[in-house]
Amino acid sequence: MTAAALSANGSSPASTRGEVSIRDLSKSFRIAGRDFPVIRNLNVAIGAGESLVIVGASGSGKTTLLRILAGLETADAGDVRVSGRQVSGVGAERAMIFQEPRLLPWVNVLGNVAFGLELRQGARKVPRREAEAQARHYLSLVGLTDFADAFPRQLSGGMAQRVGIARALAVQPEILLLDEPFGALDAMTRITMQNELTRIWHEEQVTMVLVTHDLEEAVYLADRVLVLPKEKHRAPRLLDIDLPRPRDRSSPAFTRYREALLQEFGLH
Amino acid sequence: MSVQDVNSTVVALNGEEETGGQKPLQSLLEGAGRFLSRYGLLIGFLLLWHVASIQRWVNPSVFPPLDDIAAAFWRGMTQGSLLADLGISLQRSGIAFVAAVAVAVPLGLFMGQIRAVERALDPILQLFRQTSALALYPVFILLLGLGELSKVFVIFWATIFPLLLSTIGGVKEVDPKLVEMARVYGASRLQVFRRVVLPGALPSIFVGLRLSATMALLMLIASEMIGANQGLGFQVMNAQFNFQIPLMFSAIFLLAALGLAANYTIVLLQRRLCRWSNAPV
Ligand SMILES: Nc1ncnc2c1ncn2[C@@H]1O[C@H](COP(=O)(O)OP(=O)(O)OP(=O)(O)O)[C@@H](O)[C@H]1O
Ligand SMILES: [Mg+2]
Repeated sequence: MTAAALSANGSSPASTRGEVSIRDLSKSFRIAGRDFPVIRNLNVAIGAGESLVIVGASGSGKTTLLRILAGLETADAGDVRVSGRQVSGVGAERAMIFQEPRLLPWVNVLGNVAFGLELRQGARKVPRREAEAQARHYLSLVGLTDFADAFPRQLSGGMAQRVGIARALAVQPEILLLDEPFGALDAMTRITMQNELTRIWHEEQVTMVLVTHDLEEAVYLADRVLVLPKEKHRAPRLLDIDLPRPRDRSSPAFTRYREALLQEFGLH
Repeated sequence: MSVQDVNSTVVALNGEEETGGQKPLQSLLEGAGRFLSRYGLLIGFLLLWHVASIQRWVNPSVFPPLDDIAAAFWRGMTQGSLLADLGISLQRSGIAFVAAVAVAVPLGLFMGQIRAVERALDPILQLFRQTSALALYPVFILLLGLGELSKVFVIFWATIFPLLLSTIGGVKEVDPKLVEMARVYGASRLQVFRRVVLPGALPSIFVGLRLSATMALLMLIASEMIGANQGLGFQVMNAQFNFQIPLMFSAIFLLAALGLAANYTIVLLQRRLCRWSNAPV
């Protein structure tokens, strides 16, 4: 109650930094004159520093949910708050990583990582030197220090995606939104990236909401998994992944969680 | 170091098959090979011209030998009016081209971004574009007189459309996913324009610049042939009329050089501004 009152004033108490609350969220799209519900009455609370992974069949609304959180899409009804503030439009405390790296081809790797910082104006303006130093820091965090001067077309898919992650981290967001970030990568690179993301997430203590089709990835990365049903009459389900980190992909407990997720889709 | 290099070059030229001497010879041969593969055909063509003219395989009064042309060129530049013609032609096409760039690029950037503006202006643009500027030249003469203004304007008119359409196309082809990415990072409209739209449209703008430069020269020559008493286009016609064929070819070669120089300048500028697109992979 007090928290709601406080956030209505626009201030955000320190205790809610990085928290996400989604209440009674609904969204439908109008296609060819008909309304198609995509999200119906969703209620989820994500703790600060938590890793929530969203899985669901194609068209179940995963990307839509992420885009609402990013402020790229507006909800029809409901209340979405990040760090206690109501989401309306994009905001600096939320960074989104898309399925494609979306790097600027005309800017070198360092410039791409510094992009978010360079955009800041007025009182939040970051001096050029500082932006570059911070960009270098995050570039080293994703292991690409040597490629600072390369152009995006000179990178492999995995490297480009890492630059995208560094760019998102460089603005030091409270919450990181990732839409199938490793979907286009080969299996081996994907595992490397998952390990790296876990490490970075741990180091930066950032809240993470990640969409994936890969159930192993979900079990490996998630504190909790949100399963979105394709049939809108069924309720979304939440699954706690109670495994110690670093996680062992071949452990029996890991496998059991994967099978539990398969079961959620009626595939087991 | 440099002394050694010189030595080994000498050795190589002497035909010694030493390991140290092979490299410079090889690079020399490679350089010559590259030069020949690029300009060999051109040199061959000029040689053929010259020989054909001297040997009278062709009528030398229509295709004079190259030294005649060179002499006429020198005389035209030093004593005749060729230099003045070059100056006035450069002025006409230069003013028209700069004006076209100054109008077309901002207008294209604006039109490409605002759907409604582009939709409203597109039909009239297409109509103007399809109407040959040469067909409109008499109208421009009626309106602006037979002086400089009508010539500059007809060049401007023909030059503006390729550039305008390329610029609009470039803006429309900018990846909306990049625009969305910039928005997520809090970019203002102006920042989206400066950091995403403008650089994204730049390669297309350069395509337009090259098309426009070609068009500007074409219209320059046409307008000078129709109603002028100065300029390279006029000189081509005039020399032909007076049967000063070497002078005619001098003016033609000057026009060709003008086109090459314009194109080269634009390519150079493009290499500088679009370095990212030709970075080695
Ligand atoms: N901009 C839009 N306009 C109209 N309909 C849309 C739009 N965006 C999404 N939809 C619809 O919303 C539904 C959910 O789309 P969404 O992209 O969120 O699915 P998803 O779960 O991310 O699927 P995938 O796993 O294939 O990426 C789809 O049926 C899609 O047709
Ligand atoms: Mg999706």
